[in-house]
Amino acid sequence: MTKALITIIRNWWESQPEKTQISKVHLVVGEFTCVEPASLQFAFEIQTQQTFLEGAALEIQTSPLIAFCHRCQQEYRPEIGIQYACPTCRSPLEDIRTGRELKVDRIECTALIP
Amino acid sequence: MHQTFDVALGLNLLHANQEGANHNRAHFDAWGVTCINLMSSPGAGKTVLLEKTLAALKTDLAIAVIEGDMTTELDADRLRQYGVPVIAINTGRSCHLDAKMVAGGLHQLEQDYAPQDFDLVLVENVGNLVCPAEFEVGEHAKVALLSVTEGEDKPLKYPIMFQEADCLLITKVDLVPYLDVDLERIAANVRQMNPAVTILPVSAKTGEGLDAWFAWIRAIATPLPAIPTPAVAIS
Repeated sequence: MTKALITIIRNWWESQPEKTQISKVHLVVGEFTCVEPASLQFAFEIQTQQTFLEGAALEIQTSPLIAFCHRCQQEYRPEIGIQYACPTCRSPLEDIRTGRELKVDRIECTALIP
Repeated sequence: MHQTFDVALGLNLLHANQEGANHNRAHFDAWGVTCINLMSSPGAGKTVLLEKTLAALKTDLAIAVIEGDMTTELDADRLRQYGVPVIAINTGRSCHLDAKMVAGGLHQLEQDYAPQDFDLVLVENVGNLVCPAEFEVGEHAKVALLSVTEGEDKPLKYPIMFQEADCLLITKVDLVPYLDVDLERIAANVRQMNPAVTILPVSAKTGEGLDAWFAWIRAIATPLPAIPTPAVAIS
């Protein structure tokens, strides 16, 4: 996953006409994904050493798992590891509104102005 | 002077893999081949299930196997004894197959065989309940295996794999009399997040439930005529 992250940023960076210094990468990681933010943080730091991303900070924003129950017509927060069905009517988890995100939201860059 | 600025990207980390998976699926579709991705923790019984499946179905269906294994070809060698093409992909230190690795396997299948002659490609993923769930490889259906010794709570702890599965095989059910395990509870835990999943209790050792599994495979792998397109080369 770290590799996918670095590749995505590299592709963007290489497509830019002017090479900028990336100072911070803002990532959104959903709670209901297979990514552990602390591990990603660590792997990012190691794998960016001596690359164009050396020294860039990784800011991970966690997005909560929020589901929508169609029977109750309301949102609820499933308890990961314990209970996924709607706490009110026990309908199964079907409609996930947030929590599956794995995306590079934005990048902070520094450019040298002549 | 330095100027700091923000660039909004909104790029999905799995986008490249998803594109690769779609590309693989387009090849399968052009060949008229159904692809099934088998996933489970290590030791849940994927390989023995494949052995039984190949033995039972290889006369009716033309099957090839893509075998993901971290370092060895032990599983691939076991399956080759059934006389079907087995393409081994050593994932190295990677704990899952991704679309690119499977594309490499398809390349090889295309080089060594006529892929349009196959009905079914079974992909045995690396034993891991976490990462394989996030990396689609171009399959038409996902099958998860959970052995009765792993505990009823595993679907709750590793929800994504079980949420994504089209079929769940509860394996090693011959051991149920020796364990405090409730198959109904496993099923209920999975249905909480995946109400549409087909759940089949099986034992590769005694053969219990395997007919239902074979019927499930036959139903989704019914040979479709290959779409008449010019020979496709994998790019």
